Amino acid sequence: MRMLNWLPEDVSTYGKEVDSLFYLIYYITGIVFLLVTVAMIVFLIKYRYQEGRRAIYTHGSTTLEIIWTAIPAIILILLAFKSQAAWSHIKMNIPPGEVQIRVLAKQFNWDITYPGPDGKFGTEDDLPRPGDPAILDEIHVPVNKVVRVELVGKDVIHSFFLPHLRLKQDVLPGRTILAWFQATKPGRYPLPCAELCGIGHSGMLGSLIVHTPEEYAAWVKEKWPSTEKAQ
Amino acid sequence: MSESRAAKGTHEVHEAHAHPGFVRTYIFSTDHKMIGRQFLFMGLFMLIIGGLMAMLIRWELAFPEKPLPIIGASKEFIDTGEPKTSMDQTWAEWLSKPESEQNWLTKNMPMGAITAPLYNSLFTMHATLMIFFVVMPIMVGGFGNFLIPLTIGARDMAFPTLNMLSFWVGLLSGIIMLASLFVPGGPAAAGWTSYAPLTAKVEYTGVNWGQNLWCISLIVMGISSLMGSINYITTIINMRAPGMTFFRMPLITWSLFITAILLLLALPVLTSALAMLLFDRMLGTHFFLPEGGGEPILWQHLFWFFGHPEVYILVLPAMGVTSEVLSVFSRKPIFGYRGMVFAMTAIAFLSWVVWGHHMFVSGMNPLIGATFMMTTMVIAVPSAIKTFNWLGTLWGGSIRFTTPMLFGLAFVSNFVIGGLSGIFMASTPVDIFIHDTYYIVAHFHYVVAGIIFAIFAAITYWFPKMFGRMMNETLGKIHAILTFIFFNATFFPMHILGVGGHMRRIFNPMQYEFLHPLQPINVFISISAFCLGAVQLIFLFNFIWSLFAGKRADRNPWHANTLEWTTPSPPPHGNFDKIPTVYRGPYEYSSPEVAEDWLPQDRRLETTTAKGAH
Repeated sequence: MRMLNWLPEDVSTYGKEVDSLFYLIYYITGIVFLLVTVAMIVFLIKYRYQEGRRAIYTHGSTTLEIIWTAIPAIILILLAFKSQAAWSHIKMNIPPGEVQIRVLAKQFNWDITYPGPDGKFGTEDDLPRPGDPAILDEIHVPVNKVVRVELVGKDVIHSFFLPHLRLKQDVLPGRTILAWFQATKPGRYPLPCAELCGIGHSGMLGSLIVHTPEEYAAWVKEKWPSTEKAQ
Repeated sequence: MSESRAAKGTHEVHEAHAHPGFVRTYIFSTDHKMIGRQFLFMGLFMLIIGGLMAMLIRWELAFPEKPLPIIGASKEFIDTGEPKTSMDQTWAEWLSKPESEQNWLTKNMPMGAITAPLYNSLFTMHATLMIFFVVMPIMVGGFGNFLIPLTIGARDMAFPTLNMLSFWVGLLSGIIMLASLFVPGGPAAAGWTSYAPLTAKVEYTGVNWGQNLWCISLIVMGISSLMGSINYITTIINMRAPGMTFFRMPLITWSLFITAILLLLALPVLTSALAMLLFDRMLGTHFFLPEGGGEPILWQHLFWFFGHPEVYILVLPAMGVTSEVLSVFSRKPIFGYRGMVFAMTAIAFLSWVVWGHHMFVSGMNPLIGATFMMTTMVIAVPSAIKTFNWLGTLWGGSIRFTTPMLFGLAFVSNFVIGGLSGIFMASTPVDIFIHDTYYIVAHFHYVVAGIIFAIFAAITYWFPKMFGRMMNETLGKIHAILTFIFFNATFFPMHILGVGGHMRRIFNPMQYEFLHPLQPINVFISISAFCLGAVQLIFLFNFIWSLFAGKRADRNPWHANTLEWTTPSPPPHGNFDKIPTVYRGPYEYSSPEVAEDWLPQDRRLETTTAKGAH
C-alpha cells in the first residue's frame, strides 16, 4: 500500500516538507479512490439487471451535487495554500549560501565552477583555474551547509535533478537561475538530467558528493593549498 | 444558410442526396457519415503504428540495448562475429554493403537493437501519432462527424464540402507525418512537446527534415481541424431539429460542441508556434534561441497554452461517450444533466488558465507557480463532479453489462486514478520531485491513453449504426476485461517508478545505478504492455469480422433514446426519413410515462408538454 516506501532516501532539509505533502495527498486521494471504487462496485452488484426490477427514475439531486462540488473544492484550495508554504521556502526565498557553486549545463555534462575561498566567481582563485581542464559531473559540498547553486545553460534546456535532495530545476540557455539545498547526510548522490536534451540525454549523469566537515576541509586544502581556511 | 437542407425535411432535398456514385460515396464523399468512417479508419490505422512503437519503447526499457526478438542478431554473433542463425546471416550481408546502400534497419537499429536516436524518435512519434492521429481523428473527426448531425436531427453538416476537405487535409497531414519516418536523419526526436531550443537548431538533435516535416504536418493538421471545428460549431448552433433545444442535446453532442470551440481557439496557437519554430530552423530567426535575443521558454508558454486545452479536446468527447453508455445501460437518466454540461463548460474555461502547471520547474518566475497551482487545483473540481454524477447515474439503475458498458465503466475507473494522481502534480512542491519522472507518464496515460476505453465504448456502441451490423458480444467482453487488466498492469506500476525517481525519456535505465532496484518493475510493465498489445488482436478480429459477417442490426438495438437510433442502420443519405421533432431530453429511461424503459426524444405522447424537458 505504501507507495511512499519507494521514494529515494531524503537527505535534504526541505525534503521533509515535500514528502509530507506527498503523504498528505497520498492519503486524501487514497481515501477518495477507495470510496469511489467501493461505491462503484456496490452499485454495479446491487443495481445489476434483474428480471422485473425497474431503474429508479430520477434526474439527480441539486443538494448532493452542491455537496460533492463544495467538499473537493475546499480540500483542494486548502491543499494549494498548504503547498504554497513549502514552495516559497524552496523556490522563492532563496537563502544566502554558505557555499557557492556554479553549474553550467551543456550537452551532455554538468560543468562545475567553484568560487574559491573568496566566495566570488570570476576571480583568480576560481576552480578550475584558467587553462585547467573543466571539472565535469562532480560536485563537492559540505554537509549541513546551505549550498547556493547558480545554474547556467549553454545550448538547450537541461534539468538539474537531485532526487535524494528533492530538488529539480530546469536550466535555461542564456540565463542564470538560482537554486539551493542543504544536505543532511554525507554520501554520494546521483545528479541526472531530467529534461530531454538530445541524443546523449540518457546517461547525462553527475554526482553530488556530500562531505563530512573534516573531509570537506581536507578537500578544500587539497584544492586551495595556499589558504588556511575554507571560505 | 442556403435553404437549410436540415431544417426543412422536404422530399426534394432528400432526392438530391440520392445515388452519388462510387467515388462520391466512398472516396470524395461529402456525407458526414462516410467522412466519420474515413476518420475512424485513419485513426485505427495510426493506432496500430503508434501501438507498435510503444511495444518497441517497452522492449528497450525492459531489455536495454538488447536486439529485438526475431529480427535481432544473436548474442553469439554480436560477441564473436560468427553468424549462428539465419537472421545473423542477413545482418552480416546487410552490414557488409557500403553505407550508401544500407537499409533503414542497419542505419537505425544495427543488429536489431534500438539505438538512442531511434529511441528518442520512437517516443516522440508514438505520442504525436496517438494524440494527433489517433484520439483526435477517431473521437473528434470520426464520432464528431458521424454523430453531430444524427444526434441533433440534421441531414448533414452545415458545410459538407468543407467537411470533405477537412478529412483529405487531415489525411495529407498524416501522410507527411509518416513520411518523416523515412527522411535522412530520421523523424522528430525531441518529444511530442518539441521543446525549443532543442528543436530550434538542427545540430542540437541531429534531426533535420524529420523535425521540419513534423512541424509542417501539424500545421496542415491544424488547418484540417479548423475546418472541422467551424463546421461542428455552425452545425450545432444552426441546424438542430425542431424542439432540439441546447439543453435537450445529448452529452456527447455537448462535449463535441465544447471540444470544437476549444479546437477553434487552441489549434491556431500551436500553428503560430510551429511557424515560429520553422522560421528559427529554416530562416534564421531567433524566436526561441537566446543567442539572438530569443526566449527559450516562450515555446513552452505557447505550446502549453495550446497543450492544456488540447488535453480536454481529447478527453471531453471521451466523457461524452461515457455519459451516453452509462445512461443507456443503466436504463436511467443521467444524474445531474445540467451539472454535467456546466462541468464541461467550466473545464473549457479553466483549461485556458492552467498551462503553467507544466512549467513549475521550467525557470518561469516561481511566483506565477502559485497562481497556476490554484487554478489547477480548481480545475479538478468539475472533473470530480463528472465522476460523482456518473456514480449517481449507476445508483438505482438496472445495469446491463454489455461491451460498451464495460468499456464505459473502465474509462470511469481509470479516469478516477488519472484525476487523483494529477493532484500530486498540482501541488508545486510535490511536482518538484515528480516532474519529468515516470509518475507523469503514468498520470497522462491514465487520462489520455485511458481514452482508448471511451474509443472502444464508442465503437462497440455505435458500430451497429455506423455499419448496420452488431459486433460479437462475447469477443467484445473478453477484449474489454483483458484490456482493462493489462492496461492497469502496464500503467499503474509506472507511478512507482516515478516515485522512485525514474526519469522520463531515458533510453537506458541501467545507466543509473539508483534505478537498478526498479528494473524488475520495468520488465513487469513491458510484459504487461506486450500482453495489452496482443489482446488488441481480439478487437481487430472482431471489428473486421463483424463488418462483413456480424448479425444485422435493426434501428435501435440498445433501446436508446437519442435521435440517431430512429434512423435506419446504417442511415441513408440525408439520414432521416422525415426530420424529427424533439419533445424531451435525451435520457428519459425508465420514465413512468411509458411501459417500456425507454422513451425516444422524438416520440409524441398525449401527455407530452411540461414533462421531459429538463
